[in-house]
Amino acid sequence: MERARDWPLEVHRTLKAARVRVVGYVPDAGLTRLIALCRADRAMRSVALTTEEEGIGLAAGAWLGGARAALLMQSSGVGNCVNALGMIAECRIPLLLIVTMRGERGEFNSWQVPMGRAAGRVLREMEVKVFRAAGENAIDSCLKKTMNHAFRDGGAAALLIAQRVIGIKSFAGGSNK
Amino acid sequence: MIARLHRRDVVRELLRERGGLLVVAGLGSTAWDCTAAGDAPLTFPMWGAMGTAAMLGLGLALARPRRRVLVVTGDGEMLMGLGSLATIGAERPRNLAIAVIDNERYGETGMQETHTARGLDLAAVACSCGFRIAKQIRNKTGVAAFRAAIHASPGPVFAQIKVVPEKLPPVLPPVDGAELQQRVRRALLGRA
Repeated sequence: MERARDWPLEVHRTLKAARVRVVGYVPDAGLTRLIALCRADRAMRSVALTTEEEGIGLAAGAWLGGARAALLMQSSGVGNCVNALGMIAECRIPLLLIVTMRGERGEFNSWQVPMGRAAGRVLREMEVKVFRAAGENAIDSCLKKTMNHAFRDGGAAALLIAQRVIGIKSFAGGSNK
Repeated sequence: MIARLHRRDVVRELLRERGGLLVVAGLGSTAWDCTAAGDAPLTFPMWGAMGTAAMLGLGLALARPRRRVLVVTGDGEMLMGLGSLATIGAERPRNLAIAVIDNERYGETGMQETHTARGLDLAAVACSCGFRIAKQIRNKTGVAAFRAAIHASPGPVFAQIKVVPEKLPPVLPPVDGAELQQRVRRALLGRA
């Protein structure tokens, strides 16, 4: 069996090689290591956001100024971006989203399920091209395709990373007695 | 205290002899005000994405750290993106200024009152978020001082400028979004 790949390290390297200079994020447990790598990189300005919608504005502003941006979020955050994505479509601004999925098979928290199921469809409805990495070996190659759509073709693109890559969030130790 | 300032005069003064200043204009009346003051390629007037103008300003400021960036927006638009004041306060970009033209109304939809009409103090919010300067302005002297701060004071700086609630004829910038973003990039970077 192939050893588990260090996908956050690969993704960080790929973003760096593509000269991504601004990274906006709302944390997800599955993004912890990637966020830490971006924050530690002095060639990237990592911006913690209060809501994912802010990231759409941040990325649009960075593009106006000539800088490439990437946004990191979990699938629930996709819903927070919707109206702002209208600007990305109308203005034809390149956009790169990296989305870790919640609400897929094995999810304990049923509140995550509706937005998790809708995230891909919602993005497509807003003219964002969706790529999906079902396993960790696919992440880096999928990211390269996603980035080509954004930075080479000037479109809006999202890479969805399946929940099985990240693992199911454990609520062990919790009690509802 | 009754506001005496008129929004078009305020914005014309803020944009006077702007030099290389990059401007993001929030949707609605503030986009018309910026256009009335003189449409320019280094102005990005917004027609939608309400609540994100300040964040466009932050993205632009981070991408071009040697340029000054001014966001001119309305009280309703700023209220929709209040969290962005927290984000900007945390990042503390030295080259970003925000001017909220506060008529205490949603001007495009029937002049309904915003929360600032009920006393919400946006300058106090910006101050607690960590802006280096955050002022409420009610007179011309204050506007002139803020104009100087936009060009010279370490940011982020913020002004909530109280203006008369008046319905003025719109002065429309180009509407095509792709054209608007490309003209900024052409003027700033020499490529679209």
